[in-house]
Amino acid sequence: MGWPVIEKPRGLAGPAPNLADYAAARAGFSWEAARRELDGLPGGAGLNIAHEAVDRHAAGPRREHLALRWLGADGRVEDFSYGRLAALSNRFANALQALGVRRGERVFVLTGRIPALYIAALGSWKAGAVFCPLFSAFGPEPILARMGIGDARVLVTTAPQYRLKIAGLRERLPGLRHVLLAGARDEASALPGTLDFQAALDGAADTFTIAPTEPEDWALLHFTSGTTGRPKGAIHVHGAVLVHHLTGRYALDLHPDDVFWCTADPGWVTGTSYGIIAPLCSGVTSIVDQDEFDAERWYHILAAQRVNVWYTAPTAIRMLMKVGTEAVRGHDLASLRFLASVGEPLNPEAVVWGNEAFGRPFHDNWWQTETGGIMIANYAAMPIKPGSMGRPLPGVEAAIVRHRDGGLEVVDAPDTQGELALRPGWPSMFRGYLNEDERYRRCFADGWYLTGDLARRDADGYYWFVGRADDVIKSAGHLIGPFEVESALMEHPAVAEAGVIGVPEPVAGEVVKAFVVLRPGVVQDEALRRGLLGFARKRLGAVAPREIDFRAALPKTRSGKIMRRLLKARELGLPEGDLSTLEEDERR
Amino acid sequence: MSDTPIRDTVLRALGEAVPDADVGHLDPDRRLRDQLDYFDSIDFLNFVEGLHKAFNLDIPERDYPQLATLAGCIDYLQTRLAAR
Repeated sequence: MGWPVIEKPRGLAGPAPNLADYAAARAGFSWEAARRELDGLPGGAGLNIAHEAVDRHAAGPRREHLALRWLGADGRVEDFSYGRLAALSNRFANALQALGVRRGERVFVLTGRIPALYIAALGSWKAGAVFCPLFSAFGPEPILARMGIGDARVLVTTAPQYRLKIAGLRERLPGLRHVLLAGARDEASALPGTLDFQAALDGAADTFTIAPTEPEDWALLHFTSGTTGRPKGAIHVHGAVLVHHLTGRYALDLHPDDVFWCTADPGWVTGTSYGIIAPLCSGVTSIVDQDEFDAERWYHILAAQRVNVWYTAPTAIRMLMKVGTEAVRGHDLASLRFLASVGEPLNPEAVVWGNEAFGRPFHDNWWQTETGGIMIANYAAMPIKPGSMGRPLPGVEAAIVRHRDGGLEVVDAPDTQGELALRPGWPSMFRGYLNEDERYRRCFADGWYLTGDLARRDADGYYWFVGRADDVIKSAGHLIGPFEVESALMEHPAVAEAGVIGVPEPVAGEVVKAFVVLRPGVVQDEALRRGLLGFARKRLGAVAPREIDFRAALPKTRSGKIMRRLLKARELGLPEGDLSTLEEDERR
Repeated sequence: MSDTPIRDTVLRALGEAVPDADVGHLDPDRRLRDQLDYFDSIDFLNFVEGLHKAFNLDIPERDYPQLATLAGCIDYLQTRLAAR
């Protein structure tokens, strides 16, 4: 609180916002009417994401319009028009069929941001397969868990990724029938049990007719993490494309001639929904940068590609803030019209900094893997209250709820903390966690989807994030399940118990910290601590703990559950709260 | 300071920031992020923090691109240390 509202002056240069009057759009909204903006498969054959994203444009006047511009880390540039993207994804769909991949089977992709990823996604949807992206910085353990749960039939990856992570897992993935390696050919031919991605494309026809697709047919599997148990595969359907399309227009203010850059990796849901689907649906030009964050590189891309709409994340914005506004000055960013952020709440300082550095504020928005698309946002034509996630999308009903007497109570009083809930019915809502019906059911109560985020709503209808209702960790915008990290640590012969929490870190928001109890007789020293960090990193990759502390015991409940909340409260010097369930306390 | 002690200190800081790294076989002219598995922005910030402590030297963010390779780190540190 205490930050001045950022007003939106009318009459700025550039196109008028797509969502000019929020109240009117909300009042007059219906999903049925919104659906008419989609094309639908020819001949009334249903709805398919790949058609809405690519084929509808490739069949019309936008055929030669630039759809994707890929910027290689080594300076190479490759352009894909809508027509070219249609042909390449047709080839991949044909290749999948030639490999015997059936409708509904899962095609996993484990690559960095390379063209093969985008071709594989679109081709999978055309073939009726389910596309499942994996974050390329995952280590072998998270990959094995997700490919096992998802029953991967095909994997598209690169030779270095395959050698480092997949080759040693093949025996444990009996359902994985085909591995296609994108990248240099000579490398691929040296690896037994793999096929060459490019050769598969070259050997397939560039025409393909998308089979009839129902809006409820599965399209995407996105893994996410809870407090306990294994990762959960959230199922999304082709009908979700309506939300991608609508939010591209409303929340990201995409106009047909825009150049759009979503910096998120498709290994996470933002990079798929808004790095692939939404911009293509709007027919814009989407920038894909293969390289990792670098302030100077990013400013150069924004200027050289004349980016109009930029969708990035708080961790990146905070790193840019550290570099300072001076670094912005040398670049012509006059094309930049709309800035948006997602991944974790954007702190008000960062919103205001955007205004200083770019003459435009960042528009924070809120959604999660389960919602499939942006649900609450700050819109182009609406004043921004720095630190707020904004207001619900037209068509989305949000509320603050509290658990009471075994049911839910909707909290109408403003500025009251509770759990953020959404009324089911928006088209991109997840349709299940794969093979986990019980966990799916537990997400709903009294006709609401419970998000697990604590929030409040102010008197003007703006929502404000307060914290998580559970123990999941948000690091650099990535959701990390403590159980998955603890399990990997427990595989080390010296470890008896592990408790994992997120601790605040100024750039990443939180980093993963582990508290470890060693087996009797094991000597704790610096070498072991470093050995454990390395051990976890080899297995987990980017989700490994960055800090480890030793403990003689961990706080536990009567049923033996580690009380992560208490570990965290003590680590941060916060009140310890209700200790009635504490059975065994920690010892240092 | 000659480049051997600088190099050793840089490798020690890198080993601290990246606990599983095999820092003995780095190509000095390839980017660290392209050679070290899972090396990300947070690792890089920890690495820079390690350099800051080891050399008692403030390293401004705008200089970070010069630290992308091992050779770049050594050159940069030599120049900075010689200037004080």
